[in-house]
Amino acid sequence: MYAAIWRILPGPKAVKALLSLILVAAVVAVLFLWVFPAVAPYMPFNDQTVGAS
Amino acid sequence: MSRLDEIAQEQQEEAARVARRQQAKRPRPTVGARIVGGIGELLITAGLLLGLFVVWQLWWTDVEGAREAGDAVSEFTEGLDVEIPEVAGEERTEEPPPEPEPVELSGDTFAALWVPDWGLDYRWPIAEGVSRDSVLDAGMVGHYPDTAMPGQVGNFSVAGHRQTYGRPFFHIDTLAAGDSIIVQTHTAWYVYKVTEHAIVQPTEVDVIAPVPGEPGVEPGAAMLTLTTCHPLWSTAERYIVHAELDHWIPLEDGMPAELLEDS
Repeated sequence: MYAAIWRILPGPKAVKALLSLILVAAVVAVLFLWVFPAVAPYMPFNDQTVGAS
Repeated sequence: MSRLDEIAQEQQEEAARVARRQQAKRPRPTVGARIVGGIGELLITAGLLLGLFVVWQLWWTDVEGAREAGDAVSEFTEGLDVEIPEVAGEERTEEPPPEPEPVELSGDTFAALWVPDWGLDYRWPIAEGVSRDSVLDAGMVGHYPDTAMPGQVGNFSVAGHRQTYGRPFFHIDTLAAGDSIIVQTHTAWYVYKVTEHAIVQPTEVDVIAPVPGEPGVEPGAAMLTLTTCHPLWSTAERYIVHAELDHWIPLEDGMPAELLEDS
């Protein structure tokens, strides 16, 4: 998978490396802003209240 | 150059050519190797995802929660109609005027929480309701609906995160009997003094009863209760702090002495 991504990215090695960094940043941003906040309420920690459990 | 040297050089060049050819024509991996490699990559990806989730939960929610809480409490303070003189206000002990109930579970800040023991810059927004996404996970302290309003007879109960999402109650275990917990509303400061703390099961709703621990009993005192999770990084139990109203000060009279810099 990672090898395939590396092959698909155009340009010389330096450009490929730069594009990979941008890809990684984009994936992390999507995870932090949307995926993790959506998943967190289903995790069995972080309840602070009494009664509503 | 001797004949022997020439032969040796040729052999070296030949060996290098063979090595280059073998490198260029690396055999394609077998199906099995490709499957194992793919599974390996998936496992690495899963590991990275879990690691990132931990970073998000433990660090990023704190950054965001603290920022949102800071914004909310600044908005609350700037929205006050009264100019608060920077002097110690006269402490009153008669029954305070009623506080208006928040009309809806909007997540709007209606009060601020000050704990001098946690630093003079510690002030946290209190919003109505204890829902996760609109109040607690937005970094705010949430007021249990149907519990008393600040300063009123009954039990003003609030919940907050102990870790992550701004962690307003991270230092809750440092509160000892006699420490001040101050609630500021649009009209007054209510200064509570800690009476006791307890570690209870999450199901023990009696701690937020009008008389803590005694549901159904008619209250005679104005209490405050903080609830958060315990132990740290777990939700197996709840850490509870009870406090009783000591005095109150109308905003226009000044500030609680505990919150003045030189006190």
